[in-house]
Amino acid sequence: MIITKKKDINDIAASLEGKKTVYLLGCSSCAEQCATGGEKEVREMKGSLEERGFTVTGTACLPETCYRQYVLRQYRHCPETGSADAVLVLACGAGVSATAEAAGQTQPVLPALDSMFLATVERQGRFFEGCSLCSECVLASTGGICPHTECPKGLLNGPCGGVAHGLCEVDMEKECAWVRIYARLKAQGRLHLMKKIAPAKDHSSGTRPRKVLLRNPAGPVAIVGKG
Amino acid sequence: MSLKRELESGAFVITAEICPPRGTDTSQFLEKARLLKGRIAAANVTDNQRAVMRLSSLACSKLLLDEGIEPVFQVTCRDRNRLALQSDIMGAWALGIKNILALTGDHVSAGDHCSAKAVFDLDSVQLVQLINTLNKGTNMNNAPLRGSTGFLIGAVVAPEADPWEPEEIKFEKKIAAGASFFQTQALFDMEGFKRFFEYAERFNVKVLGGLLLLKSAKMAHYLNEKVAGVTVPQALIDELEAAPDQLEKGIEIAGRQLKELKKFCHGAHIMAIGNEESVLRIIDK
Repeated sequence: MIITKKKDINDIAASLEGKKTVYLLGCSSCAEQCATGGEKEVREMKGSLEERGFTVTGTACLPETCYRQYVLRQYRHCPETGSADAVLVLACGAGVSATAEAAGQTQPVLPALDSMFLATVERQGRFFEGCSLCSECVLASTGGICPHTECPKGLLNGPCGGVAHGLCEVDMEKECAWVRIYARLKAQGRLHLMKKIAPAKDHSSGTRPRKVLLRNPAGPVAIVGKG
Repeated sequence: MSLKRELESGAFVITAEICPPRGTDTSQFLEKARLLKGRIAAANVTDNQRAVMRLSSLACSKLLLDEGIEPVFQVTCRDRNRLALQSDIMGAWALGIKNILALTGDHVSAGDHCSAKAVFDLDSVQLVQLINTLNKGTNMNNAPLRGSTGFLIGAVVAPEADPWEPEEIKFEKKIAAGASFFQTQALFDMEGFKRFFEYAERFNVKVLGGLLLLKSAKMAHYLNEKVAGVTVPQALIDELEAAPDQLEKGIEIAGRQLKELKKFCHGAHIMAIGNEESVLRIIDK
């Protein structure tokens, strides 16, 4: 799940400066679970913007705002979306960018949230970063604990000198990722994995922007029986 | 004599840490360095220590060299990617610097530029490996160099690390990667260090015990609370607190530890943090 946090309402109002009418788009997927962009938060945002003198011409929560087909359908079926001076999106950056693509060149699409990370959900409302989406997974040799993500320095060959009583120098409330990796590999009888020198990471597969195309674009329809 | 020959000679080797200035006026830096000239085997030049911005360790190492002082060029992984590391490390060799100390480096969040991007493209083991590769005449991608480096490669170990075994694994990886001398984190438990030293002696490496000058009881408390990986025992804090002149007492404690190290260790690395003039008094104690 993608974790988001709310931007300061004054910053949002500043980004809407000069606009009179605003359409609000929430997201019933991740942002709803983060309590940043579900029905309730969209309603609250409507109130806050109206207090500041904006006219909210409509609101909607899409099943997944990052999915361009849902956004296009919203624009097609609800003309208030496209006719507002601006659209404010209560979703992650992928939701904002999908909406901006659907909106075209002239309508400003603005973020109401800051996107933070891909989370492991401990339980409702407790989110932890466990994966950096680096394109080159090392979890097989690190006991399922990601050193790129859970070590603030992203070290690949063991703890730094900053570990004290098993805690991380950057966040003294957190156990050192490498101490955890060590303990787990040891318990699994696989400590030899940690004793091997891990080579420098290949960042080339993480060059941005990344894309995956499972399907080829639709080509011209073949006319059967001709030629 | 070069640090390499000093270490090989079997004599007890003393190095000291020296911190570059914040700014371009190097007069005080050089003044302190000149005090140490001839009294220590080499001066370690810190690389934006504790992630606080300073004049470059490469430039300051070269300035020491010009003064006839043997420098150890410290390089951390925090501020440079593999391209910058390779070119700076080769640059140091081209300028005549022969010793290098590879460290991970404190995280930017500990320093004075908290909003900076922390690089850590390589870690300290990979950095040692990289320097070794340059020594052998190729770059990280195995492309041959027109002129290799020939560094004496040093690294850091924390004998008081808790838990110890992950640190032990990393220590052995640094040796496998090509480190030939080690500087330790500040030591306070000499008995514990003796046990580490006996273990380390089975490897073909030299170990310099880290001595940190405790300038006051307040500093000792600060280290215990804020500085990761350093624990000052209560007995030493009590000793400092009872002393009429705490700095004097700190120098005495460090002098005592140095005498202790001379009994069994290859050498000592003195960290006086901004109080480099005390290094001579510690040595003379």
